[in-house]
Amino acid sequence: MHRTKVKIVEEALDANNTIARANREDFDRHGVRVVNFMSAPGAGKTTLLERVAGDLPGVRVGVLEGDVQGSMDADRLASLHVPVTQLNTDPGFGGECHLDANMVRSAMHELPLDEIDLLVIENVGNLVCPAEFRVGEDVRVMVASVTEGEDKPLKYPLMFRTCDLVLVNKIDLLPHLDYDLDTFLYHLDHVHPKVQRLLVSARTGEGIDAWREWLVAAARPERALA
Amino acid sequence: MHELSLSGAIVNTVVKHAGDRRVTVVSLRVGRLRQVVPDTLEFYFGFVAQGTVCEGARLEQELIDARLRCDRCAHEWAIEIPAFWCPACGTSDVSVAGGDEFEVESIEVEEAACTAPR
Repeated sequence: MHRTKVKIVEEALDANNTIARANREDFDRHGVRVVNFMSAPGAGKTTLLERVAGDLPGVRVGVLEGDVQGSMDADRLASLHVPVTQLNTDPGFGGECHLDANMVRSAMHELPLDEIDLLVIENVGNLVCPAEFRVGEDVRVMVASVTEGEDKPLKYPLMFRTCDLVLVNKIDLLPHLDYDLDTFLYHLDHVHPKVQRLLVSARTGEGIDAWREWLVAAARPERALA
Repeated sequence: MHELSLSGAIVNTVVKHAGDRRVTVVSLRVGRLRQVVPDTLEFYFGFVAQGTVCEGARLEQELIDARLRCDRCAHEWAIEIPAFWCPACGTSDVSVAGGDEFEVESIEVEEAACTAPR
């Protein structure tokens, strides 16, 4: 018995990325654009979806709801008559903290891909792991609520760096907080200069029209480029 | 907290290359931008490796500093905080030149003497 060194040099997440590409090809074949929707727990992902999912002009939207447990978020969205597929990450010890490409693949046969133009994948609430795992999305949207603090872009750079849109939510609370919006935007510009950002309040509806328009454009990339 | 998921990805990658040979060392290249905590990764790796050919293997981690390169003026520099704009010309058209690696660089495996390559 002796020991041999074996050169490998392989990105450890290659396996996930390969499956993500296969997912993306399946979505493309059905003409479905995909949003990976991410945030910390309680930032307002589900409420921001509720605000627009039932009213996206000319866009048939479906939602893939990733949760550690339960179907509360899925039930809320289903009441808007939007097709919702539930994906619990529960099996394992205590449930996964993110969706990966293989989990999304396992739900592929349940998605009504021929009946939708846009699929929003609501990831598990977490700013770390979801940023590492592509699931086959076209674009990444994250919610950063103003109750989370201004320093979050510096603490979670991979998440802020890899998203295409930042929704700054709960801005109706700004008068009651020490949170300084300019400081947050300054940090955001450090980590991801020029990233699109929208100031919104899911509660009051401020900025929601712009969020709706962004999603409609995301579902119709050819129009967005024109 | 992502170290558990990352440990799973490492073990899967190594198992694919090791086949049924027992693995004694796993060498990684880890970029600082990946925000991996080395001790935590080592802890979870030992846990996830149980019952695989990686069980008991030593995890070696080479940490790679984060470096950016300016797409406009070609200035290259190391960063301590995630600030993605060029200190030389002020543009934000910058690329990561190093520090986002998460690679299995090599492994050391045990081979039966009779099948050893000569």
